[in-house]
Amino acid sequence: MIRSEILKEIAPIIRDHLVVCNIGLPSQELHMIDDQPTNFYMLGTMGLSSSIGFGLALSQPKPVISIDGDGSVLTNLGTLPTIANNATGNYTLLIIDNGSYGSTGDQPTYAGKKTNLTDVARACGCDTVIEVQDKDLGPVLQSAIDSDEMTIIVCKCDSGNIKLPVITMDPVVIKHRFMEAVKA
Amino acid sequence: MNIDKKITDDLVANDVSFVTTVPCKQLAGVIEEIDQRDEIFHIPSNKEDEGMGLCAGAFMGGKRSAIIMQNTAIGVTINTLATLTQYYRMPLPMIISYRGELREPVACQVEMAVHTKALLNQMNIPTYHFHWQKDVEEFDNILKYTFMCNKPVAILTDANFWGGYGDQ
Repeated sequence: MIRSEILKEIAPIIRDHLVVCNIGLPSQELHMIDDQPTNFYMLGTMGLSSSIGFGLALSQPKPVISIDGDGSVLTNLGTLPTIANNATGNYTLLIIDNGSYGSTGDQPTYAGKKTNLTDVARACGCDTVIEVQDKDLGPVLQSAIDSDEMTIIVCKCDSGNIKLPVITMDPVVIKHRFMEAVKA
Repeated sequence: MNIDKKITDDLVANDVSFVTTVPCKQLAGVIEEIDQRDEIFHIPSNKEDEGMGLCAGAFMGGKRSAIIMQNTAIGVTINTLATLTQYYRMPLPMIISYRGELREPVACQVEMAVHTKALLNQMNIPTYHFHWQKDVEEFDNILKYTFMCNKPVAILTDANFWGGYGDQ
């Protein structure tokens, strides 16, 4: 499965939860598949999906899911020790690991070579790290959201992209809509 | 006047309850003070752009947030300031140790100091420079201004403000 197929499959699971979605194609895909006020689309700032989602999880009680990628986690690798050392049960970090920088033309990442992000997350001190194959993600993600334990999911999948439009929604509108959903 | 306590008191009085820090020798006292306050959740960051991401999330979660860092971080965070904090219009007080200014013992620090105000100016970031201890009296107003206008705002605090480096 490629990332857009995964997002299509998990859309019903994440629909009613706060989601912070990674820059570029992941946000564009989620926006096209199932636009929700509970989705925060990153339009810039590669690497910070996990940090934004984690700050959100620490600041209010609702479950938060950060959808991240292997390339973006490598960009902001310092995020994993911060998350590990300040764990909060309402946070799930979903790393869609296709071993490539999808939004920029599928150049390979080091996660697709020798670097194992599951091991990295564990070495950083994350207590619950689950590596899962794309087709098995749904139930794993559901139980991570339902559980009181912070979970890092590394979902291995194929690289590949679909053609789709950019998000034209204004960033202030995205933020405002999302903050209203947080408060609701 | 204890400036560490004054800065922390003003943060608390302005409902800032989420603070991330990347340390600096000059900032050790205020970081310690913040860490001890029950009203503030203190989360150290490994890098300043990561910290700004945490602050953005905390803000959207309903908490006023702030970052404490060195001026070298301006070189690290330009993209985050432009495409996250400014693009989405989020308030962010940035309490910055202004290394490389008067009374600085480390020559290399001057290399970023000479770019600091120019970069902040280029980014249209409101910038205040604390050089004398009494300048801290403005801090409360600066916080109110930041949350009024929903912008990142820089407070540069130099070695003279913090009382120098002792014997160095």
